[in-house]
Amino acid sequence: MVKSWLRAALIGAVAALAFAGPASAQGVLKIAYLEGLSGPFGNVGEVGLRHLQFAAERINEKGGVLGQKIEVVPFDTKTSPQEAQLVFKQLVDQGIRYMMQGNGSAVALALSEAMGKHNARNPDQTVLYMNYGAVDPALTNDKCNFYHFRFDADVDMKMQAMTNYMAAQKGIAKVYLINQDYSFGQSVAKAARAMLTQKRPDIQIVGDDLHPLGKVKDFAPYVAKIKASGADAVVTGNWGNDVALLIKAAKDAGLTADFYTYYAGGLGTPPVIGEAGVGHLKQVTVFHSNIGGSGTVANVEAYRKRFPDSKDDFYWTSIMNAMTMLTMAMEKVKSTDPTKVAPALEGLKIDTITGEVTMRADNHQAVQPIFISTFSKTNGKDVKFDVERTGFGFKTDARIEAKDTVLPTTCKFQRPKG
Amino acid sequence: MEFFLVTLLNSLSYGLLLFMLSSGLTLIFSMMGVLNFAHASFYMLGAYFAYQTSRYVGFWPALVIAPLAVAALGALTERYGLRTVHKYGHVAELLFTFGLAYTIEEVVHLIWGRAPVPYRIPEILEFSAFSIYSTQYPAYRVFMMLVSVAMLVGLYLVLTRSRIGMIIQASLTHPDMVQALGHNVPRVFMLVFAGGAALAGLAGVIGGNAFVTDPGMAVSVGTIVFVVVVFGGMGSLAGAFIASLIIGAVQTFSVAFDYSLLTLFGSIGIKVNPDSGWMELWKVTIAQAAPVLPYLLMVAMLIVRPKGLMGTREG
Repeated sequence: MVKSWLRAALIGAVAALAFAGPASAQGVLKIAYLEGLSGPFGNVGEVGLRHLQFAAERINEKGGVLGQKIEVVPFDTKTSPQEAQLVFKQLVDQGIRYMMQGNGSAVALALSEAMGKHNARNPDQTVLYMNYGAVDPALTNDKCNFYHFRFDADVDMKMQAMTNYMAAQKGIAKVYLINQDYSFGQSVAKAARAMLTQKRPDIQIVGDDLHPLGKVKDFAPYVAKIKASGADAVVTGNWGNDVALLIKAAKDAGLTADFYTYYAGGLGTPPVIGEAGVGHLKQVTVFHSNIGGSGTVANVEAYRKRFPDSKDDFYWTSIMNAMTMLTMAMEKVKSTDPTKVAPALEGLKIDTITGEVTMRADNHQAVQPIFISTFSKTNGKDVKFDVERTGFGFKTDARIEAKDTVLPTTCKFQRPKG
Repeated sequence: MEFFLVTLLNSLSYGLLLFMLSSGLTLIFSMMGVLNFAHASFYMLGAYFAYQTSRYVGFWPALVIAPLAVAALGALTERYGLRTVHKYGHVAELLFTFGLAYTIEEVVHLIWGRAPVPYRIPEILEFSAFSIYSTQYPAYRVFMMLVSVAMLVGLYLVLTRSRIGMIIQASLTHPDMVQALGHNVPRVFMLVFAGGAALAGLAGVIGGNAFVTDPGMAVSVGTIVFVVVVFGGMGSLAGAFIASLIIGAVQTFSVAFDYSLLTLFGSIGIKVNPDSGWMELWKVTIAQAAPVLPYLLMVAMLIVRPKGLMGTREG
């Protein structure tokens, strides 16, 4: 008798444990953060995670969203598309309905595809994808997906701004393109070539290199090649270690060409280049710490207080904007169901520290101002904040208003019925 | 010319670093018949130990301490690991080193995390040593080459001119005879293993800050080192040396060549249909294929001459 009672109790306990998983999520809104948290880009993944935590903490301080606290659940994708698809299955199994990712367009394309299939098969268990930094234009054009929203500006939007600026620089005669060999790097090279030849036919493109992603530990051979080409400007979309090591090798070899980059603003590049980068290192971004305004100062200071390590800088406004828009959309429809939230995100406008940000309805691309800035010495005025506590920061050269960054789209996604 | 000279120097410094790694591996292989899969992990440990010690005592003491620490680990590995599994044959030994490589990687994750650590070159070496036309050549690269060459000479002298070197050489070919003459062959094995690990550790100390110190460094360099050893001939130091320089040059120079099969077809007058499905393949340049070239070389060598450049064993 006792034995069978015990067995029943055990079975009951096991069953309770088994069902407790998803059910206990009540009262908590889980956001999966999918990023390479190990491997060559592990450091980049961690930076984004801290930003998401920062954003979540701010929302939770104000009581969360619809009474639910936000919980960030990190998953390691090793920056690999295959790994990311496996991770996607895990988060679906755990009943998580929102995910955020931004490093690596190859991963983003794989995730968007996996999510599209999942959502089509499980219309009552849809997942929504907030992309804060994977900027391959395909994601909001040919391969767009209704549940994918991008909060960073894409390659073409940024290249448009960059080449407009470059076209006005009379000193540029020879341009060298060096990029990572995958969807994102290829689209940077393609866009740079097309736009430069159109805007400045006199500019010669003296090199177009694609190198393996995250595998090159020594860029000296590439720099020797750039040097031999006589380039006076280098365009690169490299990020993480790939840009830091490239700049380091360039500095070691005494290369004096200007660098037009997407991601030289943080993560090891500024300490590596130091004085040598002043006036030569440029970046095109949707934010940097010296764009001005009291909101910017408050955010940068709050972030530094929360993450005092010297390598931590406030960088990803796209993560902040994504979370702000998400909570606004949820409160508007009074639901945390992605099927209802996704349509509510469309056309949503928010006021941010960089200006007004709007979510386009036709391809789910956020429209916002873009900045071109140059590495400069801090001076307490227009270069108030340095990067990675180096004494050097970025100074705005040009601000492109949101309406001037809009590009046509080929996106035709299927809207959910009803 | 400027490009050629700079790239030649770069390939030399890289090739010498490769040799520092592969010399230990090939010594261990020729003596014990064990292909040490954990060899590149010792390289990684060298870099991490140097990073850790240089934070307290500076780079120069670390240059000595870190390889010694790695050597001690190597000695322990041989004494309590390899020697124990030795009686189960080579497969067991191979599996042991394989497992060890994973264990070391996980331990590095636990202690130093998954992101790269800020292991930097000492400030005193942060200047350009000389200029070739208009390209500066960093002093640290010169330092790397000096250390490698010093090690090369040292290794040569120890193996050919010292008593222990003679015993090592004798143990390579006639371990039973050396044992019969009253020498402690297992201890010689331990010494060689520790020495090989120390060389890898030293390579880590000077390579870790020149490139990147992260948990992926063992894997990324490990495969190349195997290519070097196979290409040069298993167990041949001279072969490993030549192979290191060749692979170093191939990896460094190939980046520069923007020729593809399409250019080749064009120069011999074959017209290719641009809509052909093979177009993507024809368009791949040597520069893009650079990461694959060492492996292609290895495969070619195995087909043409399976014992490698200067190897003595046939299969």
